[in-house]
Amino acid sequence: MIQIRGLLKSFGRRPVLQGVDLDVGTGETLVVIGGSGCGKSTLLKCVVGLIPSDGGTIIVDDRDLRSVHDEAERSEWRGKFGYLFQEGALFDSMSVWENVAFGLKYMTNMPHSRYRRIASEKLALVGLKDVEDLKPAQLSGGMKKRVALARAIAASPRYILYDEPTTGLDPIMSDVINNLVLDLQKKLGVTSIAVTHDMKSALKIATRIAMLHEGRVLAAGSPEEIRESRDPAVRQFIEGRSMGPIGAV
Amino acid sequence: MNGFLDVLGRQVLAVSAALGGLALLVRASFYWLFRSRLELRQTLIQMAKIGADSLPVTVMTSFFTGMVLALQTAISSQRLFNEPLFVGTVVSFSMVMELSPVLTALVVAGRAGAAIAAELGTMRVTEQVDALLTLGTDPVRYLVIPRFLAFMLVLPLLTVLSDFSGTAGGLVVSVMRFGIPENTYWHDIIDYMETKHFYHGVIKSAVFAFAISFICSYRGLSTTGGAEGVGRSTTGAVVASMVAVLLLDYFASSILVAMGIP
Ligand SMILES: Nc1ncnc2c1ncn2[C@@H]1O[C@H](COP(=O)(O)OP(=O)(O)OP(=O)(O)O)[C@@H](O)[C@H]1O
Ligand SMILES: [Mg+2]
Repeated sequence: MIQIRGLLKSFGRRPVLQGVDLDVGTGETLVVIGGSGCGKSTLLKCVVGLIPSDGGTIIVDDRDLRSVHDEAERSEWRGKFGYLFQEGALFDSMSVWENVAFGLKYMTNMPHSRYRRIASEKLALVGLKDVEDLKPAQLSGGMKKRVALARAIAASPRYILYDEPTTGLDPIMSDVINNLVLDLQKKLGVTSIAVTHDMKSALKIATRIAMLHEGRVLAAGSPEEIRESRDPAVRQFIEGRSMGPIGAV
Repeated sequence: MNGFLDVLGRQVLAVSAALGGLALLVRASFYWLFRSRLELRQTLIQMAKIGADSLPVTVMTSFFTGMVLALQTAISSQRLFNEPLFVGTVVSFSMVMELSPVLTALVVAGRAGAAIAAELGTMRVTEQVDALLTLGTDPVRYLVIPRFLAFMLVLPLLTVLSDFSGTAGGLVVSVMRFGIPENTYWHDIIDYMETKHFYHGVIKSAVFAFAISFICSYRGLSTTGGAEGVGRSTTGAVVASMVAVLLLDYFASSILVAMGIP
């Protein structure tokens, strides 16, 4: 389980996270929603330890990130997570299948000979076939996103952090990905945090939803609770109106 | 006046921060060097890249340098002694001890060093470096060490090649333009050159390889600010490498001389 308390992060003088409290139970999918630039990606990067927070605690499996000091421990911490980057972050010098199989070498004891087959299996899960030998530059935006997703789940991590898994995908492909996220949670008991703007996807995959606003968690609850929420800011966000308490300009 | 001090202070701080970051990178590299399996495939790829990138320019640069050295030497000694004397000696000593290591390092910094800074810089701003971390790989171990080792092996090799090609350039001018017998040219070299002269140049080139690889890796990995940032890192890395080569050249030479490796 993941427990976040009072998380603080500023970039220079600009405060981004100003005391975020979140709990993600084992086997849950927490969906984080919130306006563009409100710090969702920053939150995920703090959890996985890619950027240091300025304060607060992050506890995963009863271990506090602050107690992680040397490089070996940091590497072990990051190894627990699969991470889908918002922009994919595919290695452009490698082919698609090498990208997907990359983590297997460092995070599993699997023999080399199986890498390619596993990569193909994971690619099939995200609805891609016959792309193994292409380079990332030869893929469309949505295909890149799905290759990145295949790479994030390849080593079967117990925790997965998704930064906008369905952005840039057509509605049918979005549903394929939603089902994949659901499957990972239901069949493999994966614990995840998913950031998304796509309310349809959020309501489908979430066991809980939290809305981030002005550096804090404005509201959190089950998908039904969020859908029925009376908070004007939450209503404005899920209904997608430009007028309301959240200034659009 | 205040403005000037402000700018000066900022520069001093920036340079100190960079040197500190560089030192940390070197430390992290040695940490991983002894604690993890070597990325052999990456190292070989980098060696091939650096070698192939820089070989033609290196050979051509040193060949022409050898030619011009022979020309100048022959003309000067003709003026003094009415015949071209010791051309082979001057050409080979200048090349082996000074010009090969320095020129090769400058060429490699401009070619392979720039490529490293640009590649690592792009990987940084497109979050590929972060992706490595989340896939259980340390970027220092996966990116920096293979480049460092490749530089340490390839730059001295290129330097030796450049020794030969410079000497050959000198030979061509001596024989074709001044009619010095080939035998005389070779004897002028063999009679005076010792292995320690050769080591002097090779050791210096290893020092340059160390500096260039870490400076360019560091600048690449500390890139911020998109494509513009990558451009800034690349030019910054090349300039810093070249300055480092020229500064280190003096200090390395004097230390080697003090150690009896002339
Ligand atoms: N490396 C950085 N340096 C400086 N500021 C940053 C950096 N990364 C993010 N920020 C700032 O932090 C804020 C939050 O960024 P973040 O990427 O977390 O937003 P987000 O919620 O993921 O937005 P989106 O939904 O558009 O992806 C933004 O205002 C951004 O300008
Ligand atoms: Mg984001």
